[in-house]
Amino acid sequence: MNRFKEKLYKTFFLGNAFIVVLILAGIFILLIKNSLPAFSKISVGEFLLGPVWNPGGYDESSFGILPIIISTLMVTIGAMLFSVPLGILTAAYIAEVASPREKEIIKPVIEVLAGIPSVVVGFFGIVVLGPWIAQIFNLSNGLNAINGSILLGIMSLPTIISLAEDAITAVPDDYRQASLALGAGKWTTLVRVVIPAALSGITAAVMLGMGRAIGETMTVLMATGNAPAMPKSFLGSVRTMTATVAIELGEVPFNTTHFYVLFAVGLVLFIMTFLVNLASDIILQRYQEVE
Amino acid sequence: MTSRGRELAGFTLLRIAALFVLLILVIILGDIIIKGMGAISWGFLTTVPTNGMTEGGILPAIIGTFFVTLITAVLAVPLGIFAAIYLNEYAVKTKMTRLIRLSIRNLAGVPSIVFGLFGVALFVRLFGFGTSLLAAGMTLGLLTLPVIITASEEALKTVPNSYRDGSLALGATKWQAIKTNVLPSAIPGILTGVILGLARAAGETAPILFTGVAFYLPFLPDSVYSQFMALPYHLYIMATQHHAIEQVRPLAYGTALVLIILVFSMNLIAVILRSYFRRKAVR
Repeated sequence: MNRFKEKLYKTFFLGNAFIVVLILAGIFILLIKNSLPAFSKISVGEFLLGPVWNPGGYDESSFGILPIIISTLMVTIGAMLFSVPLGILTAAYIAEVASPREKEIIKPVIEVLAGIPSVVVGFFGIVVLGPWIAQIFNLSNGLNAINGSILLGIMSLPTIISLAEDAITAVPDDYRQASLALGAGKWTTLVRVVIPAALSGITAAVMLGMGRAIGETMTVLMATGNAPAMPKSFLGSVRTMTATVAIELGEVPFNTTHFYVLFAVGLVLFIMTFLVNLASDIILQRYQEVE
Repeated sequence: MTSRGRELAGFTLLRIAALFVLLILVIILGDIIIKGMGAISWGFLTTVPTNGMTEGGILPAIIGTFFVTLITAVLAVPLGIFAAIYLNEYAVKTKMTRLIRLSIRNLAGVPSIVFGLFGVALFVRLFGFGTSLLAAGMTLGLLTLPVIITASEEALKTVPNSYRDGSLALGATKWQAIKTNVLPSAIPGILTGVILGLARAAGETAPILFTGVAFYLPFLPDSVYSQFMALPYHLYIMATQHHAIEQVRPLAYGTALVLIILVFSMNLIAVILRSYFRRKAVR
């Protein structure tokens, strides 16, 4: 009897854990199911490579997502240009230089930064960063790709810093001592020995930060201006994939081509972030095995 | 440059980077705290928006956020803890365990707007909940699940194996050992993780956009099938969609500050709990 009960408990807990697998599969399946009807009206090629996104066109609607894919990539790359150097330098500072007291200050700072809701970061982009950008570049308003890039960079900083710091801390002390014993300075040791040894962990951190940036919605929705045309420059207005879904899903009637296309955009987004996260996962896994 | 000079320059660069991160946080919070303070009053917290949302308070948004987070907790907390118990106490290294872990990590990386789409397809339409507190709360619950599982598993991991062995040696079954020895000492850590996860859910906007949040509802929700107002969405509306944006800017600042205070006080409670129990454990 007891045996049976024990088995029941185990199965019960397994069932709860397995629900996560079902949720992930469910997301994938429902996205596909709700995207498929769109492709009876438009071809996959038109959808992925079409240069015009004009779903509510008066004469003819056009569902090309190339401009919004490029916008997403632009803002993500911009974010990484900002957050990768800053994040790695900060991580190196925390791991290699900071005194215990300094760590006690900077670590909560990063936790607090990670805790700011994205809608608040977007609001900051509108009321503070936007006007600054407008003034510096002499624009009529500062809601553009560069604004979104900086905000997304700020939002991916905590992920990059904390994971990169873990990677740097995990480098065995022998490496440092061997390098110092050979007469290398502390800085040379950091740049030539420690960082290269931590590189796979740092790469995984960057990928994960990138996944965050691609999928972030509210900040870009609020701060990039949302013009649905092909982006021209970092100083122009862009509209990302996430922002497109956020703006339009609330306005379209259910079961129209436009509705299905928005799910297809979600599917593309899901696949993109899935691949980026998987890559980060594989890198981390391999790096843990080496250790 | 001499190697001494290069060393000095290099480490100064690192320090500047860290200070810059600190500066970013100070600027963001400083601006919102300074400009938001003026808008917050007792009336702001306890009245409904009036006059086309150009005056009045944010009570329905506060209440809405509270209820939607409550539903999130009801779904995600038990599910998350049970899943963590399986992973830490029962799971052996099988393909199944790896699949579950892979799913958790990937679920954590799914964009919040995709959870919104999923919520529309599953809860709003397939389950027929409509746009409601229930649909939005459950959508947020799924989003929070990976956070709660991961935190709960960490908490369970900190329980020493001797607790389990001691109980088993006395003839207890595995479940009895978990119930009487493992869970009680893991609860504080689990609680900390749960609060952190819920704080994140309370600040999310994208998943509730199409699953139940409303632009303006001057009364409080009366059932789980009602639509509701929520603080993050209210901030979005006041910052970008209002017809008199400049005029309502102080209200937007006030809303942002209330949201930040809510999220950070939840975080603070979690941190205090953690350090309190840690100190107790050391003794």
